[in-house]
Amino acid sequence: MASLDQIFVALKDWLVAFVPVALQPLAGALLSIVAIMAVFPGIFALTTVVERKLLARFQNRPGPNRVGIPLTKIRLAGFGQFAADGIKSLTKEDIVPRNADRIVHFVAPFVLVAPAFLSLSVVPVGRNMAALDFRETGLLFFFAVGAATELSVFMAGWSSRNKYSLLGAMRGIAQMLSYELPLILSSLVVVMMAGTLSLATIAERQSGVQWGVVHSWHVFTPWGFAGFLIFLTAACAESNRTPFDLPEAESELVAGYFTEYSGFKFALFFLGEYLGMFAISGVAITLFLGGWNAPFTFLDWVPSWMWFFGKLVGFILFFIWLRATLPRLRVDQLMDLAWKFMLPMSLVNLVVAGVWHLAASWPHLLRWPLCVAILALPYWLLSRGFQTRFKTRTYRFAEESRPAPATAAAGP
Amino acid sequence: MNRPTPESFVVRPRVDHEGTELEGDMLEVSMGPQHPSTHGVFRMDVVLDGETVVKLKPVFGYLHRNHEKIAEGTSYLGSMPYTDRLDYFCSLTNNWAYALAVERLAGLQVPERAEYIRVITAELTRLQNHVGLCGFLLQDMGALGTPLMWAFRQREKVLDLFESLTGARMMCNYMRFGGCRCDLPAGWLEQARTVVADFPAFLREFETLLSGNEILMARTQGVGRLSPELAVAGSVTGPMLRASGVDYDVRKVDRYGIYDRFEFRVPLGDHGDVYDRYMIRVLEMHESLAILRQALKGIPGGPVIDPKAKLRGFRPKPGESYGRIEGPKGELGFYLVSDGGPNPYRYRIRPPSFINLTLLEDMCLGRSIADAVIILGSVDIVLGEVDR
Amino acid sequence: MIGIGIAKGLVQTARNLLGTYTDKDRLPTIEYPEERQALTEATRQFPFLVHDGDDPAKGLRCVACQICEKECPPKCIYIVKSRDKRVDYKGQMQFYPATFDIDYSVCMSCQICVEVCPFESIKMDTEFEFSTADRFRGLLFDKHRLAKSDAHYHRIHPTDAAESDAVMAAERAKAEAKAKADAEAKAKAAAAKLAPTPAASPEAQMEAPKPGSDTPTMPM
Repeated sequence: MASLDQIFVALKDWLVAFVPVALQPLAGALLSIVAIMAVFPGIFALTTVVERKLLARFQNRPGPNRVGIPLTKIRLAGFGQFAADGIKSLTKEDIVPRNADRIVHFVAPFVLVAPAFLSLSVVPVGRNMAALDFRETGLLFFFAVGAATELSVFMAGWSSRNKYSLLGAMRGIAQMLSYELPLILSSLVVVMMAGTLSLATIAERQSGVQWGVVHSWHVFTPWGFAGFLIFLTAACAESNRTPFDLPEAESELVAGYFTEYSGFKFALFFLGEYLGMFAISGVAITLFLGGWNAPFTFLDWVPSWMWFFGKLVGFILFFIWLRATLPRLRVDQLMDLAWKFMLPMSLVNLVVAGVWHLAASWPHLLRWPLCVAILALPYWLLSRGFQTRFKTRTYRFAEESRPAPATAAAGP
Repeated sequence: MNRPTPESFVVRPRVDHEGTELEGDMLEVSMGPQHPSTHGVFRMDVVLDGETVVKLKPVFGYLHRNHEKIAEGTSYLGSMPYTDRLDYFCSLTNNWAYALAVERLAGLQVPERAEYIRVITAELTRLQNHVGLCGFLLQDMGALGTPLMWAFRQREKVLDLFESLTGARMMCNYMRFGGCRCDLPAGWLEQARTVVADFPAFLREFETLLSGNEILMARTQGVGRLSPELAVAGSVTGPMLRASGVDYDVRKVDRYGIYDRFEFRVPLGDHGDVYDRYMIRVLEMHESLAILRQALKGIPGGPVIDPKAKLRGFRPKPGESYGRIEGPKGELGFYLVSDGGPNPYRYRIRPPSFINLTLLEDMCLGRSIADAVIILGSVDIVLGEVDR
Repeated sequence: MIGIGIAKGLVQTARNLLGTYTDKDRLPTIEYPEERQALTEATRQFPFLVHDGDDPAKGLRCVACQICEKECPPKCIYIVKSRDKRVDYKGQMQFYPATFDIDYSVCMSCQICVEVCPFESIKMDTEFEFSTADRFRGLLFDKHRLAKSDAHYHRIHPTDAAESDAVMAAERAKAEAKAKADAEAKAKAAAAKLAPTPAASPEAQMEAPKPGSDTPTMPM
């Protein structure tokens, strides 16, 4: 089993051994690049189909189920769709608005895709399987590279000379900058507790055992759980997924910052967004969900990379589920949520992590309720502040000459 | 409440707290006619300050078909299928309003069974319109189709009923002067009872998904407020008026047809915002179901059309008449003047969606562009009726 | 607390998702070209002309009275009346349409032509797959393409067809009775006239085409 766990590492070592020693680091890097550029776009292609099929199911439709192998009757349950989409986007006319800033307009999609690939490179997808393992700066690198997304969004919105694009870009900038803060603060908790910025090390630290059979994932602690929820919400916003898809709000801004993109550039935006989502999900898995660790010790025989990709699929499915359910927030509400709810909560979470660390020697029965109480009280207070703005209402009915119930409770 | 003063319509340069003029332009966005959420070919000329609507001008007429003038050159019967295409979501209520006007003009009596059929079809129309609207409203709010598709799943069942009764799902062309075109097919009433019996379960599901949702409440409560005074002054009707708390329902006021025989309540809102408009429609669906249950129980046998009514050579005596009903979108009226000829001399429609739309700017000023979209959605327009 | 409504919504959508795999009612899609929805009897798409017997050219019930042409709201029917006459289903001499065109691209399927037709000759078809590359010619249907047999009508609208058969049978009976009465009257008149002038038969022959002649004879 250990061999299966390390099969890709072994394969890489074997392949690299064919090259002269001087060139081996370069060959190793190239192999990693090839692997990342093959695997994640592959997942992207499958995700587009799965997302469409699942969304359709949520909406009582069968979804795409026609495209299979051309010239045959084999339909593959619609999984040929992504190839058809790819061919379509490659062959479509590439329209650039006459007044657009051509160079910036051209560069913007690549500026989105390149950092997405880069940020994927620090994610450990299995034991010893991070393409870039920065011992001191892994997480920092991830956030630094991820911040380039904002640049791309603004480049696209600004260069298109389209009012919807501009509005979308403005929204995108504001949203991504605001949510970067809770995102970083909530992951800071993990850094605090693990004492390292290296994602591979953080993942390894979670392979300890607690409660007999459970691996000590960070999410199984109060600060980890709260941090995970904050991180997840912020990740949604960072990757522009519903209910935070304001920069591309279809019903308001047509398609937001990429309104004026067509053909392959549009596909690149699509790819970039999904890669960003995979990367941020990967980091969430590494930080909170034990990275490539199995949840239970008796499942340790399953290869580590399978666990990672399994969890990634879980994340993708969860994002699809959210997308199928929730309406979108408004810009000011989005900002309120980031600054007045998530930021205070992530600061409180830092305190909780500290308390947890100090109370390491306390019995669980004392340590847990204390930390949960420190978290729950501000949560309750903050959500009360939000709930004064809206409430479930009761409705009255018009009085009639005939005796009828004057008021009746209605609504949820 | 936020009644705009005349000077608020003027786009002025901004000043900072010391009174010096600031640099910066307003953004004028032409939303539509091919914008994804303008419900058809409708255009809003919006002037934005950041994302805040400073000025909004509705522009319509892209779907103008000259309906009223065409009707003046067509026989009375020939206009009936055109009324289907006014508000293509609710062809049967359109039929009824027009038939009512002509019946008043010609003095035709509608048999009891036909009255019951009219009530049943009209309330089914209201159901499918409101459920569709709730779906569209959530679509405008960004809920990516799930509520809309659920709504359509249920709406299809009502449309199936329409199809087996009238032969068409949307362009029903069913009512005739003095009754209905044909009797109910065998088994139709049972089918309708099943649909009505299944509807509350669906509504429960729909409300679990939506009505308590924090995002929906945050998005809609306090948005697009319309004061009762302004609503009355703008002659707004329908669920939009009742959401502002004004008790006005033509079914209760006029008691046209046989609506005085049914027991139902008129839900009223207190805030007049988008959430109230949404909830009033949900509650009205419950009331429509109550009417349907009563009507499906009490429907008598008999003929479905006045034996005096004739299809060919229909020439009502000179005079004028106004027939109005409570359509799903508001008071739908037809005003007819006859000079004794085979065509109406004057044919005029009071389209509820058009008149409800006139207050769009008043509701949108000072709100963000995202609000403007859902306010437009909550007005419930169909461009076929707005532009005629 | 915040989040409960959202959680409820999530549970509801998940239940719906799982429901699509077990409950047919939650996945109502009919995949069109392979599956088809059963059409109801009332379904109407576009009008066609009913003909009796096997020969559409001879058996058309239409007598070119042009009422449908006049009543059609979008004016998509174009009729040219024949110059000669032929025997219709009542056994009377009638005109027939020399040209009968319906522009399906204009037709709005309102069924008013069917309602106003006094001869049970134009009915609504349930066929709707008329997509064509030729936008104008391809959708302009002449009388050869419009003519469909009575058996087809019986198949798509059995109840209506039975009703229209009854109407026609009644009219035929009426016409026969009238013809018989006329013939008897004529015979009587002839018998009465027989004695003074034996020239009744040419008169009777001239009388025969009369029932059809109250419609205008000139094609529009």
